[in-house]
Amino acid sequence: MGEQSGKFLLCSHYILIFAWAQNAWDMLSDEQSQKHITTGSGDLNDILGGGIHCKEVTEIGGVPGVGKTQLGIQLAINVQIPVEYGGLGGKAVYIDTEGSFMVERVYQIAEGCIRDILEHFPHSHEKSSSGQKQLQPEHFLADIYYFRICSYTEQIAVINYLEKFLGEHKDVRIVVIDSVTFHFRQDFEDLALRTRVLSGLSLKLMKIAKTYNLAVVLLNQVTTKFTEGSFQLTLALGDSWSHSCTNRLILYWNGNERYAHLDKSPSLPVASAPYAVTGKGIRDALHTNLREVDATEQATTVFLYLNVWHILHSQIEKQLQGGQLPIGMDNS
Amino acid sequence: MANMPVSEMRLPPHLAHLLAARRLDTAKVSLSIPSPLLPPPLLTARASGLRSVPIQDVLSLPEVELMVILDAGLPTARAAVALVSEAACPPCQTALALLEERVRLGGGGRLATTLCGLDEALGGGIPMGKLTEVVGPSGIGKTQFCLKLALLAALPEYYGGLDGRVVYIDTEFKFSSRRMIEIGQKSFPQIFRQEGLAQKMAGRILVTRPTSLADFTKSLEEMKVTLLQHDVKLLIVDSMAALMSLENEKATAGFRQHPLRWTLSFLKSIAEFSRIPVVVTNQVRSQSNDDGYHFSFEVDKKDGNKCAERFDSHLVAALGIQWAHAVTVRLVFESHSGHRFIKVAKSPMSPAVAFPFVVESSGITLLSDESIDVTGPEITSIRCQDISPGQNVLAR
Repeated sequence: MGEQSGKFLLCSHYILIFAWAQNAWDMLSDEQSQKHITTGSGDLNDILGGGIHCKEVTEIGGVPGVGKTQLGIQLAINVQIPVEYGGLGGKAVYIDTEGSFMVERVYQIAEGCIRDILEHFPHSHEKSSSGQKQLQPEHFLADIYYFRICSYTEQIAVINYLEKFLGEHKDVRIVVIDSVTFHFRQDFEDLALRTRVLSGLSLKLMKIAKTYNLAVVLLNQVTTKFTEGSFQLTLALGDSWSHSCTNRLILYWNGNERYAHLDKSPSLPVASAPYAVTGKGIRDALHTNLREVDATEQATTVFLYLNVWHILHSQIEKQLQGGQLPIGMDNS
Repeated sequence: MANMPVSEMRLPPHLAHLLAARRLDTAKVSLSIPSPLLPPPLLTARASGLRSVPIQDVLSLPEVELMVILDAGLPTARAAVALVSEAACPPCQTALALLEERVRLGGGGRLATTLCGLDEALGGGIPMGKLTEVVGPSGIGKTQFCLKLALLAALPEYYGGLDGRVVYIDTEFKFSSRRMIEIGQKSFPQIFRQEGLAQKMAGRILVTRPTSLADFTKSLEEMKVTLLQHDVKLLIVDSMAALMSLENEKATAGFRQHPLRWTLSFLKSIAEFSRIPVVVTNQVRSQSNDDGYHFSFEVDKKDGNKCAERFDSHLVAALGIQWAHAVTVRLVFESHSGHRFIKVAKSPMSPAVAFPFVVESSGITLLSDESIDVTGPEITSIRCQDISPGQNVLAR
């Protein structure tokens, strides 16, 4: 008797566990149907496996001026690309902690996105007129919900409030926080408290991403760290934070080009890809042949480049004619 | 700080939330919330007496501790957190509303510098409501640039100015009224010939000379009221790095960051709250081993490029990488190849471009409105090669 009831209890336990768990095969079909948000650059999309993943938290970090805010704004626009043009047709929440959100630039990027859509889908004007009407930059801007955060307390408050907000606005497909670092570098003396608060935030964000099936993008700053005998750049907020995000993308300068390095991903290999920031937003880098030519051709190209300065400075030309490159011109 | 009931936190957007934000960590939540707003579990918390809990604590304490403070169970603590979060959260706006507001304010939200090429690159001029940094080696023309901006902001609107007052915080005693009036007379001769206008313009520029960081922060605090009352249209801090170095002499390296952090966020909130441009000048220092250049995954390239980098960019902006992240627009003044250049090193609106300039009696003028593209490591490097004394002579 005891044995029977014991087995029954054991069985019911198993049923309970499976009621909350999902088997890996079902998860596979979930993963395959997962939507991606295009970044605007094909190379960047490739290393990301199609784009920024929904249901996941992605951290994007880089030095000042490399284009983090540009990428954040681009994603907030690209998430709104209508479904008939291959996008998600969703809305965006943009949480701005630094004040770097410049509306004119957002308008510019929206215009660039629309122009590219119309280029790729030239017969769109033949489609229903209602679809065409939505392709206005103003509509794109109207679907970005903007929060301006001025302290870490507000940052915690807005992330807590997001659960309710997203329940009321179910068409939001991306939450961008630009940047998650700013107030946590400013106002904290107690590092233990900071770690605890940050881990609480990251758990909430992961839960939001999964519950509402959206992408969470966190922009981060860089700091220097002493490792392996020298100072190196690393993303801010410390080692414990670096475990909090599912994916990590680092933007950096490689010579004269901007590169993105996928540093952490559960399913994709580590890789780098170039991208460019143009007037229309984030796009593929122009694949010039500068990298593949030999030294003499490089010197000629450099000479042509310098002709612009020829008007200002004839000494450089003299040096070049002498076969030397002027000081400061790097050949790499 | 007075207790602020949660119900009163539904303040009108923008103004109020920005004002309150600085105080938010000291503002308290009084649990004397009118009953309709409170969910039933919280009412029982009220029964144990009025409690004032700082908002900061409500949001950052672990739930267990919050339960102790509220003397209530977990659902109550969670409800309290949710309620306070919703009230403390700033109001949401759509980007379209932001754009319409920008359009409504007029003037394109920019202060035109009258340097045509630069204005075009920046999308009209120095942006309002954001922090703009001017960095460069000493003697290159940063103060001259600031003097011209101060003048432009004071000019009447029909001459292209902002017709407002200017607050000029001068930490290095470089402000010269005589020089500024000279710039005015040479750049806008027809205006300054009018009687009394020079006096009126100069009268609009308020100069303060803080001698320490404490002085500076005190005058900034008082400034918030001044900005509103006296219709100030521009704030210039010349220079930020000097203040920080004063502080460094007294404090240890560990505390160095603190005054900077507070000042930084305060300047930004002033800029946004009063919607004026804030221009801050910065100095340069030589690179030290403390500056990291590469990420760990770039390790293989480190040794090869190290020499080239050290040779090229032996100067970096002072105040560190945190400051570099925080400013919205960075204008680098540098000199190389026998000329001086203004380089737009960081701007959300434009790619990195440079313009050659000279300093004349009428202030800074561009030699050419054609921008020169700048790419790669040149964007962040600051070069200072032979600023010849001949170029510095102000023609009379």
